[in-house]
Amino acid sequence: MAITAFLTDSTLCIGCKACEVACKEWNQVPDDGYAWSGLSYDNTKALGHSTWRHVKFVESAPRWGVGGNAGDRLTWEFSSDVCKHCEHAGCLEACPTGSIVRTEFGGVYVQPDVCNGCGYCVVGCPFGVIDKSPTDGRAFKCTFCYDRQKAGSIPACAKACPTESILFGDLDELRQRATERVDALHDRGMSDAVLWDAQGTSVGGTHALFIVRGDPRRYNLPPAPEVPTVYQRGAWQSAAFAACAMLASVVAAFALSRDGGGTLERAHTQPGTAI
Amino acid sequence: MTPGSDRIGETPSYYDLPVLKRPTWTWEVPAYFFVGGAAGAAAVIACVSGTRGTSNDSLARDARWLAAGGGALSAGLLVMDLGRPDRFLNMLRVFKPQSPMSVGAWTLAAFSSAAGAAAFADLVRDRTRGGLPVVVIGNAAGALSAATGLVMTTYTGVLIGATAIPVWNRHSRLLPMHFAASGLASAVSLLELLGHDHRALNSLALVAAAAETAAGAVIERDGGDASRPLKSAGSGWITRAGGVLSGPVPLVLRLAGASSPRARRAAAALALAGAMLTRVGWWAAGRRSADDPRLPLGLPAAAHAPSLGPPAAA
Repeated sequence: MAITAFLTDSTLCIGCKACEVACKEWNQVPDDGYAWSGLSYDNTKALGHSTWRHVKFVESAPRWGVGGNAGDRLTWEFSSDVCKHCEHAGCLEACPTGSIVRTEFGGVYVQPDVCNGCGYCVVGCPFGVIDKSPTDGRAFKCTFCYDRQKAGSIPACAKACPTESILFGDLDELRQRATERVDALHDRGMSDAVLWDAQGTSVGGTHALFIVRGDPRRYNLPPAPEVPTVYQRGAWQSAAFAACAMLASVVAAFALSRDGGGTLERAHTQPGTAI
Repeated sequence: MTPGSDRIGETPSYYDLPVLKRPTWTWEVPAYFFVGGAAGAAAVIACVSGTRGTSNDSLARDARWLAAGGGALSAGLLVMDLGRPDRFLNMLRVFKPQSPMSVGAWTLAAFSSAAGAAAFADLVRDRTRGGLPVVVIGNAAGALSAATGLVMTTYTGVLIGATAIPVWNRHSRLLPMHFAASGLASAVSLLELLGHDHRALNSLALVAAAAETAAGAVIERDGGDASRPLKSAGSGWITRAGGVLSGPVPLVLRLAGASSPRARRAAAALALAGAMLTRVGWWAAGRRSADDPRLPLGLPAAAHAPSLGPPAAA
C-alpha cells in the first residue's frame, strides 16, 4: 500500500473553494453557519469539525508580479489548508479510546463509531485542526478520504481542484516534485516561493506539504510545530517526584505526631464535630 | 508602504486568527481536577493514618469516605464532560500509556472502585463486627486506593502539561507538583473542617502551603510570553487569587496563629477556595492561551495584548 500525501501549491490556487465544497459534499460535512467574517473572502476562518478543507485569502501590500500583477493593486494569494496528517500525530497519541488510528495509507483517521468526545485530541493538535462538534459531541477532522482511497480513488478535494493546486499521490514522489516546483518558481523569478515541510520537527514530517509565497506564518503555518508527547517525560518525572514527596510527607507527619498524641493541645474540638 | 511589506502589520499571522483550537472542556473538568485531587490525597491520608492503630480511627474513616465520595463524584464529572456520555466505557477499551487521558481513565476506574470498597468495608465492619476477610479486603482496597490516589492527584498536571497549549506545556514540569500540593491541601482542609484538629493535618497543610507559595513564585518570576494568561486579565486574576489563597495566606495563618484552632479553620477554608480557584484559573488560562496565534508561530507577544502584570522580558 502506497504512503500517500497532499501537495497544496498556493501559487496555482485561484481561491474557488471547489475543494471545500467537494469535501463537504462527499463527506456530508454539515454547514458552518452563514456569518460574514470581514476578512477578505474568507468566511470560514479556520479548519474545524465542520471544515476539513479551508481556503485562506492572504492580502498583502501591492507587489509587481503577484496577485493582480499590477503595482497598484493589493496582492491576493490563496492557499487551501487541510489536516497535516502528522507522522507523530498529537491527536492520535492523545486519544484514550483508540478511536484515532493510522491508516494503511499513512493518514490519521478518526473512527466515528468509537469516539466518545473527551476532547483531549483537540488540545493535542499543534495545528488546531481537529475539533469537537458541540452538536454531535464527537471530534471530527479530514479523513484523508479514507473511503475513496480504499476504493482506489483520490480524495474529493484533489479530484475537484480545477488548477491542480491540490496534488495527491505518493509521499516521497510529491516531496521530490515539490522541491522541483519551488526550484522552477525561483528560476522564473518568484524568489519568495517556499516549501513548508515539518520534517525536521518533533512532528516528524506530515502527509500534507504546502508551497506558499513569503513567510509561511502569514498562512498560520507554524514554523516549528511540536507534538505534545515531547512534554510527557518531564511531566511524568515531576508527577513521580510529587507523588513520592506527598507520600513521604504524609508518613512523616503522622509518624512525628505520634508522640504529641495527635490532637493539637489547645484544640478542644472533638473529631467528628462539624463546624 | 513599501512594496513587499505585509499589509497585515509587522507580525505575520493570518488575520490574528488563532492557530490552535480552544480546549473544549467545560466547567466539569476544573471541578474534576479539584475533586479528584482532594479524593486522591484523602485516600493516602486514610491509608497512612489508618495503619497507626485505633487512635486515628475516626480520622481514617472520614478520609476513606472523602476518597470514596470524591472518586464517585469524579467519575460523574468526567462522564458529564464527554460529548457522548453513553460511550464512557470506550475509555476502558484500550490502555495507552502514551495518552495521559487513558492513564487517567484507568487510574480513576481503579481508584473509585478501591476507595468505594474501602469505605464499604468500614460499613460492613461496623454493622457485622466483620471478620478477618472484611478487614483484609478493606485494607487491600485502602492500600490500592492510596496507590492510585497518588496518581490521581498528580496525573492531571501531566494531562494538561503535555498538550499543544503554550501556557500549559510551558509549565509541564511544574503542574504535577503544583496540583499535588493543591490536592493535598484540599484533602487536609476538608478533614480539618470536618472537625479533625490533628497535629499531622496541620503539618501537612503547612507543607502544602509552602509548596504552593513556591509554585506561585515560579509562575510570577516567569517572564515568558506563554505565561501571560496566568498574570493578566480574568484568567490571571483567578490564578493569582488562587495562588495567594493556597500559599501565603494559609502559611501565615498557620504559623502566626499556631495555637488557635480558629486560625487553622480559617486557613483550611481559604486554602480550599484557593485550590478550586487554582484549577479554574489554569483552565481559563489555557483557553486564552489557545486564542493567541503568536506563540505557536514563534512571534513576540502582541504589544496591544492586555497586560496587568509586569511586562514580558525582552
